[in-house]
Amino acid sequence: MSVDYTIEPPVVHGRLSLAQIEEMVAKPLDTKPGKKFYIALSISGTFLMTGVVLLLITFYYGVGMWGNNQPVGWAFPIVNLVFWIGIGHAGTLISAILFLLRQKWRTGIARFAEAMTIFAVMCAALFPLIHVGRPWLAGYLMPYPNQHGMWVNFSSPLVWDVFAISTYFIVSLIFWYIGLIPDFATLRDRTTSKIKKTIYSLFSLGWRHSHRHWQHYEKTYTLLAGFATPLVLSVHTIISFDFAVSLVPGWHSTIFPPYFVAGAIFSGFAMVATVLILVRKIFDLQQIITLDHLEKMNKIILVTSMMVGLAYGTELFIAWYSGVTVEKFVFLNRAFGPYAWAYWIMISCNVLFPQLFWIRKIRRSIPIMMVIVILVNVGMWFERFVIIVVSLTRDFLPSSWGMYTPTLYDLGILLGSFGLFFTLVILFTKALPVISISEIKAVSDGAQPSYHRSEDYE
Amino acid sequence: MSNERKIYGIAALFTKPDDIIKAASKVANLGYSKWDVNTPYLLHGMDNAMKLKPSKIGFIALFMGLIGAATALSLAYFTNSIDFPLVIGGKPFFAFPAYIPVTFELTVLFATVSTVIAMLTIFFKFPSNNHVLHDTPYMKKVSLDRYGIVIESADPKFEQSKVEELLRSFGPESIETIYHKEEVKFPIFEPKFISFLILTAIAVSAGTYITLNKLMFMVPFNWMMYQDKIIPQSRTELFEDERGMRLPVEGTVAKGFIPYTYMGIDEPQEYLSNPLLPSIDNLKLGEKKYLTYCSPCHGNFGDGDSRLKGQFPNPPTIHSQRIRSFEDGRLYHIITIGKNIMPSYAAQISREERWAIVNYIRVLQKAKNSTASELEMIIKETGKNVAN
Repeated sequence: MSVDYTIEPPVVHGRLSLAQIEEMVAKPLDTKPGKKFYIALSISGTFLMTGVVLLLITFYYGVGMWGNNQPVGWAFPIVNLVFWIGIGHAGTLISAILFLLRQKWRTGIARFAEAMTIFAVMCAALFPLIHVGRPWLAGYLMPYPNQHGMWVNFSSPLVWDVFAISTYFIVSLIFWYIGLIPDFATLRDRTTSKIKKTIYSLFSLGWRHSHRHWQHYEKTYTLLAGFATPLVLSVHTIISFDFAVSLVPGWHSTIFPPYFVAGAIFSGFAMVATVLILVRKIFDLQQIITLDHLEKMNKIILVTSMMVGLAYGTELFIAWYSGVTVEKFVFLNRAFGPYAWAYWIMISCNVLFPQLFWIRKIRRSIPIMMVIVILVNVGMWFERFVIIVVSLTRDFLPSSWGMYTPTLYDLGILLGSFGLFFTLVILFTKALPVISISEIKAVSDGAQPSYHRSEDYE
Repeated sequence: MSNERKIYGIAALFTKPDDIIKAASKVANLGYSKWDVNTPYLLHGMDNAMKLKPSKIGFIALFMGLIGAATALSLAYFTNSIDFPLVIGGKPFFAFPAYIPVTFELTVLFATVSTVIAMLTIFFKFPSNNHVLHDTPYMKKVSLDRYGIVIESADPKFEQSKVEELLRSFGPESIETIYHKEEVKFPIFEPKFISFLILTAIAVSAGTYITLNKLMFMVPFNWMMYQDKIIPQSRTELFEDERGMRLPVEGTVAKGFIPYTYMGIDEPQEYLSNPLLPSIDNLKLGEKKYLTYCSPCHGNFGDGDSRLKGQFPNPPTIHSQRIRSFEDGRLYHIITIGKNIMPSYAAQISREERWAIVNYIRVLQKAKNSTASELEMIIKETGKNVAN
């Protein structure tokens, strides 16, 4: 079989005209939501409200409602923080890194992935705030001149976190909004409703598709992608510093930054795939979010799965090779201790099941793909559980060992964060174009001029 | 009516990207300056066709990125090394490697935010929802799937018939003349707008007031401030004397306490002699304590020139013959138990410090009342002109 790799397969299937593409993307915004939408919204809304109620109870009575206690002080809130931040990383990777690599296939999924980044970072930022117990005092986290005459400690990884997460959120939001400006203009010009037109005009800022603007716009977009790329790597690196800079066995490890970044991309792609499979079905976007997209994502999941697997192996090897007794013990304890079930869930979901993606048929089969990506999400949550909780339960002194059991409040707040995430995702699909209209038009067949030099016209 | 309106420009629409590139290239070569191309998405190759110079926005990113890095480093340096230095983990006060993460984040943040703001406000002059092109059929079409070119009447080479002819020669789908809009003016002092401003102001101030002064003192926000425990100075039923704190057992003596046995005696100098030598260290201590506790009333040099501007009666100068003739013990006694309106300083100034002050007073007295021959001798001995 001969394949010509110099010709790219079309990104948009079915030879749609520009107007048809726009019609397809803007349809959810122009039509009334169907029954499916309300069912989905009520389910996620229920989860969200559960989380809200449990959080309010926690604020009233204090964080003693949770399972956190000596020696496991970090437990669920930090597990969830790392999990959600990781989910967010795929969005920036798709929108920024794949943009710099000129991967045209990213256009179909970039907007969605960016939105998921923002929602995931919102979920993530929630957890350290509630973990401090009095989130209304969170203003003290920022360095500002105050009457106490005190400043934050710039050598602390927890302060780095504050800067990393807030910068990441602001930059992602700006990146997302910049991408939305031309789409707001398009929506403004196609809508007939006066209220919608006012809102779209407000957000489009008066964009008029001028090429004199497009020129600076592209430059800015490229610059922003250039900033976001090291930023996304730095954010999870800094998150991993929370652990790596400490002296707890199982945490104090130089492999953490690359290991965490690989894990973040892995879990993020799995979450994007989970949501995209549902969205392309519900909104009939199979021609724009094609099976090829999902296959490419599965390949990335496979690659990152093996990177994560390599990191697990390296950790084990270094624990043995270092000859440090506690370090060796920590890893034996992970695999065969009281939390061995969590460890083996992690290994099987993150390393073993994704290997099925070696088979092309499985890569292109939606039901099997769906099962595997959900398992990856579960596995990656347990990875953080194993690193954070299991390391803390048994460290240097056997006399201070303890076990950790989450309470219903812990589980309910985790569920609530999923509720928040999916509620925002569902509302997003109705409020904004889930695919960048201007970008998808630009990569459709015949949208770009055939190659000419300007001298040809002189 | 429409003929009387001012022409903004003439626009042509094309259906194929190749055509618009061709048209743009020709218009650029003819030397027009006020014209534009509108396309629903970014067309590659248009920069060359329009002969646009490369965007300079990168310099803003570079400059503001460097400002961000400098801000982070100087903030960390000022806060952790100068204003609030703490030893943490044995690191130096300026722990540069530990500041790299924050420096990096602020570099990215400053560069991103300022590039975008510069793009929108300086390069695009946004928001511009009032632009002439908005709501024209032309704009609706280029927003969807057509490629448009506009030559503005503001261009020095603009002539309606010529431009129309030129655009027609490119074989466009349609040609449209775009007119300036009739200007709509909104008075600033519209009652609706004013009342909206007033309502917003009231809502914001009420919200802030309630949050800061009421909400933060409600349950559970105040559970840290008001706790179920007895604190000193509070009343309690627990003890018979209803005091929150306990008194020491009778006869208890504070650590280091030595009773002063010369109360009520006017001239205890017979029993009190100065135990401190007028060494440099002692004099420095005396100077420091004198300036802290004595100088507000007695003046920096003991002239009795109070800085309190008549809030208290001025004390007499310490340079009078009478006071210069006081013995050390007498001065010590006055500091300890007070004199006339001057209160006792025994609680604020320790014994040793009191003697050091006495020594310093002697220095002041000597400095103000030396004879010429004494000064000459000092100059000879120290080699310094102490008279100045």
